[in-house]
Amino acid sequence: MADATVAPAGGRLSLDQLGGNPRRHRRENRIRWWLFSAAALSIVVNVLIVVTLSDGSIRFLANVDLSALLSDGWFPRRGLYDIRTVVVGTLLVAAIAMIVAAPLGLGAAMYLSEYASRRRRRFLKPILEVLAGIPSVVMGYFALTWISPEIMQRFFGASGFNMGAAGIGVGILITPLVASVAEDAMHAVPDSLREASYGIGATRRSTTTKVVFPAAVSGIVAALILGLSRAIGETLVVAIAAGGTGGSLFSLDPTQPGQTMTAAMTALATGSDQVKGASDAFPSLFFLGILLFAMTLILNVASERFVRRVRRRY
Amino acid sequence: MAVRTGSRADVDAAVERALLRGSRGMDVRGLIFQGALLLAMLVSLAVLVTLIGDALTDGAPVFAERGADFITSNVSSLPERAGVWQGIRGSVTIVLFVVLLALPLGLGAAIYMEEYAHDTKVTRAINANIRNLAGVPSIVYGLLGIALFVQFRALTPLTGGRSVISAGLTMSILVLPIVIITSAEALRAVPHSIREAAFGVGATRSEVVRSHVLPYALPGIFTGTILTLARAFGEAAPLIMIGASTGFLSEGSGTLVERLQGPYTALPVLVYDFAGRNLRAFQASTAAAVLVLLAVLLFVNAAAIILRNRYERKW
Repeated sequence: MADATVAPAGGRLSLDQLGGNPRRHRRENRIRWWLFSAAALSIVVNVLIVVTLSDGSIRFLANVDLSALLSDGWFPRRGLYDIRTVVVGTLLVAAIAMIVAAPLGLGAAMYLSEYASRRRRRFLKPILEVLAGIPSVVMGYFALTWISPEIMQRFFGASGFNMGAAGIGVGILITPLVASVAEDAMHAVPDSLREASYGIGATRRSTTTKVVFPAAVSGIVAALILGLSRAIGETLVVAIAAGGTGGSLFSLDPTQPGQTMTAAMTALATGSDQVKGASDAFPSLFFLGILLFAMTLILNVASERFVRRVRRRY
Repeated sequence: MAVRTGSRADVDAAVERALLRGSRGMDVRGLIFQGALLLAMLVSLAVLVTLIGDALTDGAPVFAERGADFITSNVSSLPERAGVWQGIRGSVTIVLFVVLLALPLGLGAAIYMEEYAHDTKVTRAINANIRNLAGVPSIVYGLLGIALFVQFRALTPLTGGRSVISAGLTMSILVLPIVIITSAEALRAVPHSIREAAFGVGATRSEVVRSHVLPYALPGIFTGTILTLARAFGEAAPLIMIGASTGFLSEGSGTLVERLQGPYTALPVLVYDFAGRNLRAFQASTAAAVLVLLAVLLFVNAAAIILRNRYERKW
């Protein structure tokens, strides 16, 4: 650095002084280091999750008779750990949830993004936000005491506990998430596309369905995948309303009780006294946990990819 | 009308006008489409109303009969005596842990990611980790809590095993990524010119953050924080994993630390517990507990929405 160019008229400023106050520098570095540690903590947490889940799963797989992993049902106290029962149950509930959440969430997103005036939006958006704030345990209560008798039992002749009611409850729970991610995606579509469409005489409906929707499709797919991931990991609605406490036979019937991975984990944890006796049952929690972790991780990464594609385009 | 006069030019003009007006009558399919979209919105509203109405019809009689007694009583196996006081206390304690641990750590991480970090491999790894953590199902955090705070021998003397300390720590880890993401969003919304003004008068980076960025980002951070606390108050799955007491609960006595290391329960866990009891009479208690939980959360959420609407700032 050329001293002459920065020295003030008096010429007394040295290079050292330009470096600033060393105490201030040290303090600055200390703060930076603290903030970095806080950020790096997320890596530590992630590593801890993977380590504890793998550790428990290995303990489980080392002790359990592998034929028990493909049996008639999920009955940990009898040493039966049929993976199909819980995985298929999980997917069934998640599918029902998506049947509810996809039209509701995408419809709400399209309305808010393309149709609602600013005033109406201000009034309607909080509905979704409040719905997003409903805890899953409350939705579980609602699924058991209202959705099950008023919808599943009335129209489908279902039993009191059933996977259908749980699926609908999960669907309502993830609707706000699907709506908000999809709306963000449609919001990101530049207005010039809409104006071009109106310019050639298109109606609002064809602009929405034939211009905005295709332009935002990556983000909409991302919203659905994210919803699916949340539905798979959703716990208490299923634990309360699907009726898998104490184990379950393999079942594909949404009007009947069933078991999901998360509900099986809850049942294992609350029946802790019995579980302590059976040494295999407790580690099976971690085995289910790592399955769940892997499934949601894959879905989340996929969703992230789609979101990034929207961002890159506009 | 123009047609009747017969001249060729008039006919052309009429046709042109008609074309410009577009198709006659209403766009029926367009209206149906719009109606269907609005319906999707209204179903969500109907669900909310039904849910609250359902809990009110079942739960209101409990409050009519017992008044505040339901809130101030302890857990009991008799539905007419059972109350939620221990649950409220547990939940509030857990929220306090979140306030003391997750909020400062999360805000610090957000400040680092938004204000300090350059686009390096480490930064990108941290970013990917945060986003991944935000998507991990809450029950998996419960497993982490069991392994780390309940079973790990080095930590159990501190946490006391299945205790409210373990629950508070686990919940803090669970909400950490949410705190980071919402705070980072609030920081990002502050325009660069504000920072540049502070750098221009010679402020260091931490001074810029403290004196210029944080004050403008504070309303956004605050709203995010409120929603995070609501989440911590209503989340039950990880607490059930960690072994929140789901039955009669005798609390440890003695010093504060000893009580914190003793058995505990939380409001959403009580809802789960009540809902699982087969007694018909407990259905009313479940609804009443749901009402207490909803009252707290709706109040908190409404506060957050109102605050945001008031302080939202367009640059």
